[in-house]
Amino acid sequence: MMAEKYIARSSAIAARLLGGEMMVMSTADSTFFTLNEVASAIWQAADGRTPLSEIVAGKICQEFDVDQEQAQRGAARFVDELSQHGILLVSDQPLTESSPSPESR
Amino acid sequence: MTTTLPTTAKETVSIEIGGMAIALRTQNPSFRQMIENRYAGFLGTSRSSHFEFDIDLYEGSESAPANDDLEVKIEEGEWLLQRGDFRARWNPDAGHGQIRQACSPYAIDCVLRIVHTLLLARQGGFLVHAASAIRGGKAFLFAGVSGAGKTTISRLAPPDAKLLTDEISYVRREGNRYLACGTPFAGELARVGENRSAPLSALFLLEKGLQNSIEPVGSVEAVQRLLRNILFFADDPELVELVFQSACEFASLVPIRRLVFVPDQRVWDIIR
Repeated sequence: MMAEKYIARSSAIAARLLGGEMMVMSTADSTFFTLNEVASAIWQAADGRTPLSEIVAGKICQEFDVDQEQAQRGAARFVDELSQHGILLVSDQPLTESSPSPESR
Repeated sequence: MTTTLPTTAKETVSIEIGGMAIALRTQNPSFRQMIENRYAGFLGTSRSSHFEFDIDLYEGSESAPANDDLEVKIEEGEWLLQRGDFRARWNPDAGHGQIRQACSPYAIDCVLRIVHTLLLARQGGFLVHAASAIRGGKAFLFAGVSGAGKTTISRLAPPDAKLLTDEISYVRREGNRYLACGTPFAGELARVGENRSAPLSALFLLEKGLQNSIEPVGSVEAVQRLLRNILFFADDPELVELVFQSACEFASLVPIRRLVFVPDQRVWDIIR
């Protein structure tokens, strides 16, 4: 069985929801990402406490009507890519800090 | 009867861009004259200056080429700005800084641009690679990288358009609107802009094409293209975030369109 992954938004990012699309930029290297609806939902749920598998099963599969296995694979790829740019923090333990969700700004 | 000015006033040149006056103090009369000539039209009074810099000029071999890497960072509570041809320290809280630089207009021009980008970043504004002009009381920005057509669109401007710059536009936030202000930062036209401002009506992303047209641009592309054209030099995550948020705010308040144009004066007929 795969170890649980916990994800948190890095504090070294700037993010903004504009025109229904989430834009995320690394403040360290100015890398710019646009997140689609599914990626945006994962991003906003990345509170450091909820396991990724639970985010996918409880939020992504419910809201977007996607196959769970396919959604888990897509989420893992998304998390890997953003973590490589330091935009998401990933751990096998709950993380204590996550930057505020842009929607609450 | 002649009036003798205090020494400090005689040594000081105040340059006011976007309503922000920066006093430059130098004891070298020919360098001071060069500054006065270069920034004619943007000279203010030293009494109204928000910040002041003392300038010392490098001697002989002290200076390195201007194409050395630029560094802008906070060091010991002050901004450090340095490139081969200048080294400046600036404490915004104290309102004072020092510049050691080559006897070159490019060095002081670069320092001024950096200082304005740092000031604007905290006020929701920015400097952007764009030509700008006022027509009918409204300001328009024409953004693009080198070769996109900033100089061309400036050259094609009709006589009733007031050119604010053909290279670097000054965008200041004022409540829920933005003002475009003239700058002395000239491009290929080598002509300083007019020292005036007007509410910004639209930003056009320049693209040369086969016919004149204005096309819509999605929010993400608008922000991404705007960010690509904003001048920002500081290695400072907090300010990078402010600039990002400013670009998003700007895109939510000011129409951003793509202007495809042929180099012909008729392009100005569709700019409104």
